Amino acid sequence: MNVLVILIPASLILGGLGLAAFLWSLRNDQYEDLEGDAWRILSEDDDTPRGS
Amino acid sequence: MSDAAACPACTSLPEGQLEKAASNGTAEIILSLPGIHCVGCINGVENALRALDGVANARVNLSMKRVTVGTDQPVSPETLIDALEMAGFEARVLDASLLGNQTDAYGRGLMTRIAVSGFAMMNVMLLSVAVWSGAIGATQYLFHLISASIALPAIIYAAQPFFLNAWRALSVRKLNMDVPISLAISLAAGMSLFETFYGGAHAYFDAAISLTFFLLIGRYLDYRSRKAAASAAAQLAALEVPRVMRLRDGARQMVDFTELAIDDEILVLPGGRIPVDGTVVTGNSQIDRSLLTGESRALNAGIGAHVTAGEVNMTGPLTIRAATVGGDTTLRKMVTMVDQAEAVRNRYTAIADRAAAIYAPAVHLLALAAFLGWMVFSGDVRLSLNIAVAVLIITCPCALGLAVPAVSTTAAGRLFRAGLLVKDGTALERLAEVDTVVFDKTGTLTLPAAARDAMDPETQSVALALTQNATHPVSQAIAASLDNVRPATLTDQQEHAGKGLSARYQGQEVRIGSGAWLGAGKGTYIRIGTGPAQKIALRSQLREGAVDLVRAWQDAGLETHLVSGDDADETSRIAQALGIATWRADTKPTDKIAYIAALARNGAKVLMVGDGLNDTGALAAAYASVSPATAADASRAASDIVLLNDSLVPLIELPLVARAARARIKENFAISTLYNVIAVPIALAGFATPLIAAIAMSTSSLTVLLNALRLKGRA
Repeated sequence: MNVLVILIPASLILGGLGLAAFLWSLRNDQYEDLEGDAWRILSEDDDTPRGS
Repeated sequence: MSDAAACPACTSLPEGQLEKAASNGTAEIILSLPGIHCVGCINGVENALRALDGVANARVNLSMKRVTVGTDQPVSPETLIDALEMAGFEARVLDASLLGNQTDAYGRGLMTRIAVSGFAMMNVMLLSVAVWSGAIGATQYLFHLISASIALPAIIYAAQPFFLNAWRALSVRKLNMDVPISLAISLAAGMSLFETFYGGAHAYFDAAISLTFFLLIGRYLDYRSRKAAASAAAQLAALEVPRVMRLRDGARQMVDFTELAIDDEILVLPGGRIPVDGTVVTGNSQIDRSLLTGESRALNAGIGAHVTAGEVNMTGPLTIRAATVGGDTTLRKMVTMVDQAEAVRNRYTAIADRAAAIYAPAVHLLALAAFLGWMVFSGDVRLSLNIAVAVLIITCPCALGLAVPAVSTTAAGRLFRAGLLVKDGTALERLAEVDTVVFDKTGTLTLPAAARDAMDPETQSVALALTQNATHPVSQAIAASLDNVRPATLTDQQEHAGKGLSARYQGQEVRIGSGAWLGAGKGTYIRIGTGPAQKIALRSQLREGAVDLVRAWQDAGLETHLVSGDDADETSRIAQALGIATWRADTKPTDKIAYIAALARNGAKVLMVGDGLNDTGALAAAYASVSPATAADASRAASDIVLLNDSLVPLIELPLVARAARARIKENFAISTLYNVIAVPIALAGFATPLIAAIAMSTSSLTVLLNALRLKGRA
């Protein structure tokens, strides 16, 4: 059962990475306009994203 | 007003523009774009807006069908809308409170809490599975300890909204849904911590954290569907003119509105709003009464004409002798009236609150009874407390907290795709109970269309020649109304994007286009040579889908009424065309409220559909209300649902969706009650393990969510 000492922290860290990634995306307006951004990649116009 | 005056350029603007500049003091304007659907629309809208002077940036949000325009100098929303209309896109100005803030801190905070509690729940659940599968002794102790170290910080952070709300309710000696929630979460966590240190077998960390997770989802959905807190009365009050130009002994002076006395003479510049009721002493101008009467036709006001507070002076300066001042003006009376109507409307209690009122005390009493019963029966404090906690967890309103918001969010999402913006969380519940509809006529069932009657034959032929080959919808409407007219011969035709059309006619320049371009007020104007700009007078035409809408709602069992401020001839003509049997013409705003109040006294639940400022009181007084996006700000604020398109067709399914939503809410309550009926006896008997608690809680929440999602497809 000693392997638990490694496995449990490992699973927590991996889960924590996922959580951090989600929070990052939430704060970077990744969910503001799901439909529009999907269409925008098809546009040939010079169209820089917001904030840049 | 003071912000605008601080800008040196603004002090030279006429009064009306000064007012507009003040309203755009923020550098952001949000417009609703009901018609956009593809990448072409995104580019078209953004490019049309970025080409305008003063526009720094324009960003379309396709999911929300809106565009956020950043401006670096004052630009009126009307200019932006005109530019978009010329480019072929339908656009509406909607106040920010209606659309919801783009960067709302509270919603994001809730989402972060959901993410944190979801992460903690998954990990604790996995550890719990090991315990449930039979871990004992040191392993069980270790797992409980790890669970505690994940769950406790997560609960302390994520469950804050519940603790705060519960504390707020308790500090004024009241019970709300958050009191049993907070009690269950903190008791479960505290009890489990105690059990962990004393080597007990049952720890409810998983239950405590998943409770938090599911309830936070419910809270988030609820937050999204909550009412945009805009008051119609406040919107109306904003139409009052705070500073007035008074003429006394031939000298002009700016005074506060409240300082005016009866018989004072007041000067109103073109573009300015008339502050008082009174008569015109000098000057001749056109008056836009549309905000007060819903009538789109501009009125000529010469010496001796009566004018009313809230109307807009359009073409020339007017001196007005005040007949009523202060609290007696028509506008102020209307504000008071709407205020009273809104107060009555706010007395409606949502189904969820009614359920909570019964539920919260019952849960507490049940848990207390379980504790006392087991104390008497066994005399063991720890066992009795354990059972009381189990009862609290099992009965905790996870599913109940999701039952209503999940349904209203799904229904509101479905209606939004159809072009309806649901502003009030309880709107659908109220709409489901509606049995009578009162329609306003002008601007609601009928839309203005270009009319030829007001133009002389020469103007008609010039207008037709200018517009017959243009693609803009307004041009097409004008050209369509001028059949059987011979177009005049024009040369040098030019199109001015965002402005209008110009050409040369018999050596003079002729122009047709927006009022701003021709130096007049709102609307479309035509000018020949150096003559005055003439408004293209408007005539009413049935809105698209009006006939279908009335028939469909009658089929759905709704009684229809038509109430209009217009004369009897016109009203009866429209009523007949739509198949509405009961109608009333020549109504004033107070009459409309009285009409609705009379229906309500006879037990009817009235839905009001209207748009003008004259409908605001009626919209606020009705049981539920709908207004088109073209309506006045105050009317939109007073209504529960805003129709974003020009067509009335999306409204057809509204009562059906509302009734389906109410049915789903009732089913959801039945489902969660059923789970409680099964699980509570188990808990009371002392057989509830953390495993049973986890299963009961998750399955009931998921069933309720799935049931709500059924609304997405069909009514």
